[in-house]
Amino acid sequence: MSDDGATLVQIRDLHFSRGSKPIFRGLNIDIPRGKVTTIIGPSGTGKTTLLKMIGGQLKASQGTIHVDGQHVGKLRRAELYELRKRMGMLFQSGALLTDLSVFENVAYPLREHTDLPESLISHLVLMRLHAVGLRGARDLSPSELSGGMARRAALARALVFDPMMIMYDEPFTGQDPISMGVLLELIKTVNEALGLTSLMVSHDLKEALSISDYAVIISEGVVVEAGSPEQLESSESAWVQQFLHGQPDGPVPFQVSAPDYEVDLMGQENGKSAVEAAR
Amino acid sequence: MIGFLQRFGRSWIEKVERLGRATLFLLHMLGALGSLVSRPSLLVKQLYASGVMTLSIVLVSGLFVGMVLALQAYNTLIDFGQENRVGTLVALTLVRELGPVVTGLLFAGRAGSAMTAEIGLMKATEQLSGLEMMAVDPYKRVFAPRFLAGFLALPMLAAMFSAIGVIGGHLIGVDVLGVDASAYWSQMQNATSFYSDVGNGLIKGLVFGFVVSWIAIFEGADCIPTSEGVSSATTRTVVYSSLAILGLDFLLTAVMF
Amino acid sequence: MNSRAIDVLVGVFMLLFFGAMFVLAMKVSNLTSLTSNPGYTLVAKFENIGGLKPRASVAASGVKVGEVAAISYDPETFEASVTLTIDETFIDTFPTDTTASIYTAGLLGEQYIGLDPGAEIDMLQNSDEITLTQSAIVLERLIGQVLFSRSGGS
Repeated sequence: MSDDGATLVQIRDLHFSRGSKPIFRGLNIDIPRGKVTTIIGPSGTGKTTLLKMIGGQLKASQGTIHVDGQHVGKLRRAELYELRKRMGMLFQSGALLTDLSVFENVAYPLREHTDLPESLISHLVLMRLHAVGLRGARDLSPSELSGGMARRAALARALVFDPMMIMYDEPFTGQDPISMGVLLELIKTVNEALGLTSLMVSHDLKEALSISDYAVIISEGVVVEAGSPEQLESSESAWVQQFLHGQPDGPVPFQVSAPDYEVDLMGQENGKSAVEAAR
Repeated sequence: MIGFLQRFGRSWIEKVERLGRATLFLLHMLGALGSLVSRPSLLVKQLYASGVMTLSIVLVSGLFVGMVLALQAYNTLIDFGQENRVGTLVALTLVRELGPVVTGLLFAGRAGSAMTAEIGLMKATEQLSGLEMMAVDPYKRVFAPRFLAGFLALPMLAAMFSAIGVIGGHLIGVDVLGVDASAYWSQMQNATSFYSDVGNGLIKGLVFGFVVSWIAIFEGADCIPTSEGVSSATTRTVVYSSLAILGLDFLLTAVMF
Repeated sequence: MNSRAIDVLVGVFMLLFFGAMFVLAMKVSNLTSLTSNPGYTLVAKFENIGGLKPRASVAASGVKVGEVAAISYDPETFEASVTLTIDETFIDTFPTDTTASIYTAGLLGEQYIGLDPGAEIDMLQNSDEITLTQSAIVLERLIGQVLFSRSGGS
């Protein structure tokens, strides 16, 4: 597979099923290097699953995922671990280790994978904490953090090895406007300052698209549309328009399919409505 | 009828599938044990969580069980004029059976369920996934230390249970009921063999430790990552561990004694 | 809980374990007697060993001097062959005409072997056989004897 330098992650003809339910039916995505990309789509389309597949936690039934030229599905355990060190992942809940302090959590990857002296570890950890604004919270335990702070701490941890890519799983869910703003600012700044590739998966369209360079809409297991936020705005697809603007009715109907309303409400006996029968 | 048979058969096939998964899990975990040599602090921490934290309930229970045994033994033996055998009965019952079995049940309830809940919660809050994405192998860092700690802690706790039970038996038998002190100890020493009785009791403890830790960790790692899933996994740990202990105890006793 | 406190507590845990093992080994079981010198072996053949079990005591004048190591059946002489282990401190103590009898401790107690020394000058050595033996008293035979003697006599 030729490695186009501008693309960090290449997904080709991806198929995946959970049990008997197909999740992906031939997905094709190119994630550009150095940019902020958002994956959006209705609930249950498997957006989190996609991130796990890029990270090698789940295997595709068909198709390929190439990260920086390496075929993820074919890597052996040691090689996969090496690749993961170059990727950071931010889980929805932060996924901090509950028995360690914030400082220890951020230091954890360094302690596990390197033999750096304590002073250097401390230096690196404090730098990352400062970048996310949590240097003062370094001794708190994860249970004492608010949701937004937990995510910032997790971001600091994901940044500790200066990865080439960070994946964000629903980073804005359930955040108050200020935390939301903080996170948005952080993601954008971190991406530019460190030259990262950021891949976000989100429901919060407006916020996510406000900082994205590129967006991919997935529905029913395939890519519906992909492009910059401006391109998507001017899309001709009615479905995309309904989705982007959050219109309650359109190609995705308001009423889930149901029997005829009058029949359901009034009941029917021998072709007559119950009201008529009562007379 | 056919439907019933289908469901029945399917549930058994699911159980077999689960057992297979559990075995592969065990093999993977055993393979990860080697890494503990370079990180003994992980083992120490888990010995604390499983061993030290279960200590108080084991010691208190051991004392009471020993005392009850002495009481019941005395009541029965006095009819035969053999009350100086109280020591023998207390010691053999504890060392061969009650020590490993009761300690095993207590351990499953206290430490085993705690392990399952902790690991299940780590799974539900994506900490295990997080570790994997940080290129840390959860088998080496989370599962293997807990397994080894449980494997070692259970027989150690069983020995302590038996020892304090014998002392409790002495308290009741000698100090309260008036059995001759030297008879208590000498009859006991004559009847209890270190290698076959105490040794077999320790082997039972090791076997129980192996099985209970395996069940507890697997149930946690395999659970459905919701609060309901964790709760039912914890219950399963206690139930399966208890059944396994009692069943294995029968097998081991038949082989050993 | 800092790691220093954890280390200390686990250390205490280990100490308690060793303490328990010490109690179990020394006070509860017979390790003390096992660790003492193994001693020498004697063989005694009995017509009937009654309820004698391995590890039963071997006593002389009521003092324990050894243990029953093994019991087997000798198909050539149709007798039970009992192997005794006598403590090393009693080497060259028992004359070759020592009698080995099976007694019962108390009325319902365990059976043990009692050694009654004879008058010979030569002493029993390792792997020697005690030729003078007295079998255990089997209750049924005793009753049979009593009945027989009562009906036989007048």
